[in-house]
Amino acid sequence: MDFPSGPIPLVTGTALPLPGDDIDTDRIIPARFLKGVSFAGLGEQAFADDRRELAGQHPFDRPDHAGARLLLVNGNFGCGSSREHAPQALMRWGIRALVGESFAEIFFGNCLALGLPCLQAPRAVMHELQALATAAPTAAWELDVMARELRQGDRRWPLTLADGPHGMLLSGRWDATGQLLAHDAELRATAARLPYLSGFRG
Amino acid sequence: MSTGTLYDKVWELHRVAELPGGSTQLFIGLHLIHEVTSPQAFAALADLGLTVRHPERTVATVDHIVPTTSQQRPFADPLAEEMLSTLERNCATHGITLHGIGSGRQGIVHVIAPELGLSQPGMTVACGDSHTSTHGAFGAIAFGIGTSQVRDVLASQSLAMTKLRVRRIWVEGALQPGVYAKDLVLHIIRRLGVKGGVGHAYEFAGPTIDGLSMEERMTLCNMAIEGGARVGYVNPDATTFAALRGRPAAPSGEAWQRALAWWSSIASDADAVYDDEVRIDASAIAPTVTWGITPGQGIGVDEHVPTLEQIDPQERPLAEEAYRYMDLQPGTPIAGLPVDVCFIGSCTNGRLSDLQAAAAVARGRQVAPGLRAFVVPGSEQVAAAAEAEGLDRIFREAGFEWRAPGCSMCLAMNPDRLEGREISASSSNRNFKGRQGSASGRTLLMSPAMVAAAAVTGVVSDVRQLLP
Repeated sequence: MDFPSGPIPLVTGTALPLPGDDIDTDRIIPARFLKGVSFAGLGEQAFADDRRELAGQHPFDRPDHAGARLLLVNGNFGCGSSREHAPQALMRWGIRALVGESFAEIFFGNCLALGLPCLQAPRAVMHELQALATAAPTAAWELDVMARELRQGDRRWPLTLADGPHGMLLSGRWDATGQLLAHDAELRATAARLPYLSGFRG
Repeated sequence: MSTGTLYDKVWELHRVAELPGGSTQLFIGLHLIHEVTSPQAFAALADLGLTVRHPERTVATVDHIVPTTSQQRPFADPLAEEMLSTLERNCATHGITLHGIGSGRQGIVHVIAPELGLSQPGMTVACGDSHTSTHGAFGAIAFGIGTSQVRDVLASQSLAMTKLRVRRIWVEGALQPGVYAKDLVLHIIRRLGVKGGVGHAYEFAGPTIDGLSMEERMTLCNMAIEGGARVGYVNPDATTFAALRGRPAAPSGEAWQRALAWWSSIASDADAVYDDEVRIDASAIAPTVTWGITPGQGIGVDEHVPTLEQIDPQERPLAEEAYRYMDLQPGTPIAGLPVDVCFIGSCTNGRLSDLQAAAAVARGRQVAPGLRAFVVPGSEQVAAAAEAEGLDRIFREAGFEWRAPGCSMCLAMNPDRLEGREISASSSNRNFKGRQGSASGRTLLMSPAMVAAAAVTGVVSDVRQLLP
């Protein structure tokens, strides 16, 4: 499976609706799957307990949604634990972008660091999108990150994404390590004005 | 836009560069790491051919996966053993101090860093754990990060960040006897919601906050993230300075005087501007218990589980899911609900004063028959201090198990967990579905004293009726 790399102007594919507010990262990937020193294998465990509870009826188990690349969610998605295992599990399951009413902050940052765009739409629009994706699970969607717009057939919905992450996704600079290493002199200058770094020894 | 707040000042001081695309590169003054969210970061660092930029600003401990019964190596769980040995190897390779089991300094990362005097006013603190907001109690800007960001901090001692808005939460009125910082923060989250703080740093201020001890402030800031705020902090004051003085990593002598001056200058100005403000009357707060599946679903112990009509229409689907999962009837009292397991511990409430408050309730009483109750100190230092004053004996005589330090049943990555549909009274921070290790297990969040009250009565009980 190819993971995201480089600029991400567009994500296409079918869409998977996952209704519910405040879906936390413990539900996305229960803590017992965090035991390990790599992220490999997490894809199959996404929503493990919710899926067991719904015995085959969970959106991630419905055959007509297999292979979906867009995840349609509601409010405060990804709240709770900072575990990057959560977006890793979604990415390894096949998700390449999320559209939702709102996202928890750490989760949003973790997604960005993996090249998974998270764009927002109002509550009523999310309900409409989820109903459409439920009714037509094989319909093809286009998430235009550049235009901040979601399209299906002739229809289009405007989405929001802050300029910072928008620019990072389009430029391919969402993987921040290289940029952070590029400012060595500035980093030293910042460190020099922080007295606690030298134990206040004057 | 906020100006003159502690958050603004710390942000400006730690700003390295503006990055293309609109985020800011922020210097990280203290990087705390543990065994769960760091191994993939070290592996990524090696893949990129990079090394740790500031190993002396990086501090490690082991907490999430440690067993609290036998801590003999190798651990009985081979995966837990692999995680700890990987951390040991990474720390040795990169010259990072690891406070391991038996060092006298091991414990939950958010308990040990303050104990060691590592968490200080005006710092930026990052850790691959959402409860890093705890260190904001010292007037630090502290926040949780994911593993890719752990890699970035290891490599560059900095992060790409976006500035938050600052909300002042002004608290007045005295907490009543039997009401603790845990009740205050559960009340705040009940009022503002679990997503109310998204995009915000919470500054906790006002006469009530001024009067809180450092450990109470840590409980408060710890759960800022449960209200959606990645950062929560309290301005440093005499209480903060007294708590830091003499700690191993705190400055001393002339450096102490310089530190005091700098720390004081970091506090929010009297004329600071906030993005918004919320006022809370602490005197009206009752011991608070969660009834649902998010930390925002809390009520006073003297209240009833809310009916659908009492709940905001937008929140009703979640409430209905909570009724089903928790098997609770709307409109019924929460007091008197039987519990199966009582857990006292966690980064929220595993410090000495938490154990003292619980022991005051447990003293001379007995854990109800058929109930499992255990106490997990937050650190080796907490355990030693509690044992020195005989708290372990009080708990044991009352029928509690006295365990070794770690995160334990807060998230059940070690053998401590709920079984089946068990209900726990827990001093931890999250009542999410499945959080405590059983996919159908149920969690009621409350203060350590309230957990002790539940343990000795077998049901959710108002601790105010058990206090001397």
